[in-house]
Amino acid sequence: MKRLNKIYTILIFLFLYAPMVVLIVASFNTGKDITHFEGFTLRQYGELFRDSKLLPLLMNSLKIALASSLIATVMGTAAAIGIYRMKPKMRAAILTVTNIPMTNPDIVTGVSLSLLFVFLGALFKINGVLSMWTLLIAHITFNLPYVILNVMPKLSQMDPSLEEAAMDLGCTPFQAFYKVTLHEIMPGVISGGIMAFTMSLDDFVISYFVYGPNFVTLPVEIYNYTKKPLQPKIYALFTLLFAVILLLMMLMNLFQARGEKKKQLSRSH
Amino acid sequence: MKNKSSQPPAKCLRNRKQRATTFLFTAPYIIWMCVFILIPLGVVFFYAMTDANTGLFTFANLSKVFSPAFMKIFGRSIWYSLLASAICLVIGYPVAYFIARQKPSVQRTLYLLVMLPMCMSFLLRTLAWVGLLQDTGIINRFLGLFGIGPLHLIRNTGAVILGMVYNYLPYMIMPLYTVIMKIDPLLIEAAEDLGCNSRRTFQKVIFPLSIPGIVSGVTMVFVPAVSTFYISQKLGSTSTTMIGDVIESQFKTAYNPNLGAALSLVLMVLIFVCVGIMNRFAGSDTEGQVVV
Amino acid sequence: MSRKLIRLHDLVMEFDGERILDNINLYINDHEFLTLLGPSGCGKTTTLRIIGGFLTPTSGDVLFDDKRINDVPAYERQINTVFQRYALFPHLDVYDNIAFGLRVSKLPKAEIDERVNEMLEVVSLKGYENRKISALSGGQQQRVAIARALVNRPKVLLLDEPLGALDLRLRKDMQNELKRIQQAMGITFIYVTHDQEEALAMSDTIVVMDKGRIQQIGRPEDIYNEPKNAFVADFIGESNILDGVMLADCQVKFFGRTFQCVDKGFAKNEPVDVVIRPEDIDIVAPDGGHLSGTVTSVTFKGLNYDIIVDFKGFKWLIQTTDFHPVGAHIGIRLTPEDIHVMPKSEYSGQFGDYSSYSAEYDELTEDAENEE
Repeated sequence: MKRLNKIYTILIFLFLYAPMVVLIVASFNTGKDITHFEGFTLRQYGELFRDSKLLPLLMNSLKIALASSLIATVMGTAAAIGIYRMKPKMRAAILTVTNIPMTNPDIVTGVSLSLLFVFLGALFKINGVLSMWTLLIAHITFNLPYVILNVMPKLSQMDPSLEEAAMDLGCTPFQAFYKVTLHEIMPGVISGGIMAFTMSLDDFVISYFVYGPNFVTLPVEIYNYTKKPLQPKIYALFTLLFAVILLLMMLMNLFQARGEKKKQLSRSH
Repeated sequence: MKNKSSQPPAKCLRNRKQRATTFLFTAPYIIWMCVFILIPLGVVFFYAMTDANTGLFTFANLSKVFSPAFMKIFGRSIWYSLLASAICLVIGYPVAYFIARQKPSVQRTLYLLVMLPMCMSFLLRTLAWVGLLQDTGIINRFLGLFGIGPLHLIRNTGAVILGMVYNYLPYMIMPLYTVIMKIDPLLIEAAEDLGCNSRRTFQKVIFPLSIPGIVSGVTMVFVPAVSTFYISQKLGSTSTTMIGDVIESQFKTAYNPNLGAALSLVLMVLIFVCVGIMNRFAGSDTEGQVVV
Repeated sequence: MSRKLIRLHDLVMEFDGERILDNINLYINDHEFLTLLGPSGCGKTTTLRIIGGFLTPTSGDVLFDDKRINDVPAYERQINTVFQRYALFPHLDVYDNIAFGLRVSKLPKAEIDERVNEMLEVVSLKGYENRKISALSGGQQQRVAIARALVNRPKVLLLDEPLGALDLRLRKDMQNELKRIQQAMGITFIYVTHDQEEALAMSDTIVVMDKGRIQQIGRPEDIYNEPKNAFVADFIGESNILDGVMLADCQVKFFGRTFQCVDKGFAKNEPVDVVIRPEDIDIVAPDGGHLSGTVTSVTFKGLNYDIIVDFKGFKWLIQTTDFHPVGAHIGIRLTPEDIHVMPKSEYSGQFGDYSSYSAEYDELTEDAENEE
């Protein structure tokens, strides 16, 4: 039974990774057809780095992801702390609104924001209202819930007397916050920030409705690409991104493993 | 304890100054969410209820949405995504269970491996399926070696549902894993001690305890699946068009945002109802489990 | 010793319309070890938190050195707290935890070092400076929490059930340790507990609380020997509480017999509660005492046996070092000092009857207390 389950799990992982393997193999293909491997080449990578269009788009994606996740992390962390201290009714009301972008399909969020921007643009007679700014606003909006939902549990796990202890020892409420509370919720803040960053970097559906022609992100451009015959250098980009993310995840894994080992060591004292 | 409630909790030391700071912390967020979540929903409603040309109040958009042609697409979207959710549950559960029973370091690695595809462009991954499934694709070439085929694997309902299952399977595995991992092994031992064999232990203990994960997983697959607009474009045909594709075209090609808004509005209400039913189904204690 | 350091004046605390503290009036002397004792929900922790500055009373005043400090925030009070679950900062090591308060008040580094080291010695944790908090045992964490509070040289140390999380053996050691530290530092301790033994062993003064009201204030001996009402008598130690009538000074009638006692000042024929401590009762031959009854249950307690004796349908708890089997017929003798007379109160009739006695009773209530 256990063995069967193991084989089964391996099969599912094959299912999950097969398309990605196809794309990675295609990036080394001399031919253009994804289904037909003609020969090994690194040409696509060279072309990718000479490409004057794809790399700036990647930079755009990174810029938006970094800016939106940073802003969302700061605003969301502050909000989580405030919400945590609110009366239960108020807290429930705000968390319900927070959940809207999570339970609403992305397409509805995208459509609603795009209509808002167009509406406001018409109202204030702004031409080309869809721009980097609308993209940034949209990304911050869908990033905020991730931050809040990561920080809130850390706040409720925290011993409430820690903050009191700090004040008891002479900290003003503000000092108590940054000397104690912030330390305690930091893991949640960081994981919320990372989650927001990856969500933002990969988002296509919402961006697709609120991007402007002067500022395009990589996923949006890939969508436009896939309507035409695909250029193989996209596969090369995919492969590189895959390698980067794999590396990041391995590092994260190593980091966590070390953290856990440390914990175990300290417990065995 | 009978008097537990009479102890003021630590948090109630709230004088006016602290309430002001709390407000200051939360105010930017509340304003942001009002402007960019609540008001946009109002704008969607506004567009849905007005005429594209005259800007006057009308029910025309909504009545168009409830025409048989659109209703058929709505029905298809729901049917496909329910099917995809069910398949994800059936094939995802054993994987989640397997991962949750490994030692912690293996668990972490496998969990990251489940998450990794979610970080990669879903457009390209879906496109890769075209390469795998098409008549001259990799699978048919492979089958051709044995003299089978070519099988017609793409541009049909099966391919669309495969695409959904493929894309959203991690969303099913993750909440399931989280829930199963938290089941105390002592409970399983206790069930065995009370005479359950492994099958009955699963039926009586493990499965009931993983219901919150199932609800949250099904929701997390169902919501994006029902509104997807790329998968059926690439893997399906005109007879598998989904509501997401229609909404997209209203904004991007047909330029009828009012009809698009009406469609979005109905889709939103529909999902709200579906998720509500699902949560009711699993009892109210799973509230908040919907998101992970 | 007699300087009044803290005064609570008509303190009322209401929360969501519920009255948690009901007119608390109390003064606490300098250098005193004062314990707030009572069951969970009695208001003891609330009182402590008001003194610490974590709660603002609904009405009434908190005076410190005769100055009203209701509106002085916790961080400006010369009072420090040892929290229930210690509330040590998990991201700091032992040294940094203890130095926390001194660093906040920006003392020079050399002085911080000196005072932290001095404190480490007081709580016998030398050599543990760089340990992580998570690498300490419960008792060690306890001592860090005490050191962290005391290093600021507060005038008053508040302790909120600090020994609750420790096992019995360690708890006893820490009781002595706390008393020693209090005497060595010469500061006021205000200690909150629900454990009457702990309170009796450590305190100069005990304040017994229930339902948001002070039931009795006094030295441990007085509280034990002269409980003011049935609640105090039952909460502090075991008591048999009987209905009686005061016939005259030093004469009380219960069980249809008149006994000599030492209590005076009641009205003639005033109904009273009579307390008889189980360990004060002398067992004699069935016909040689004041009353006779039948043993219905025996529990071995180590130092003694707890036996339940049925006197005409009213069951008493008696502690004796001699074994008496179930069914034995015994007599008891009471001297005037064994009998304590209390006026009737709202608690009369609720306590002191051992008819439904079982040995597990104590453990059950103790578990319930710990859940708080």
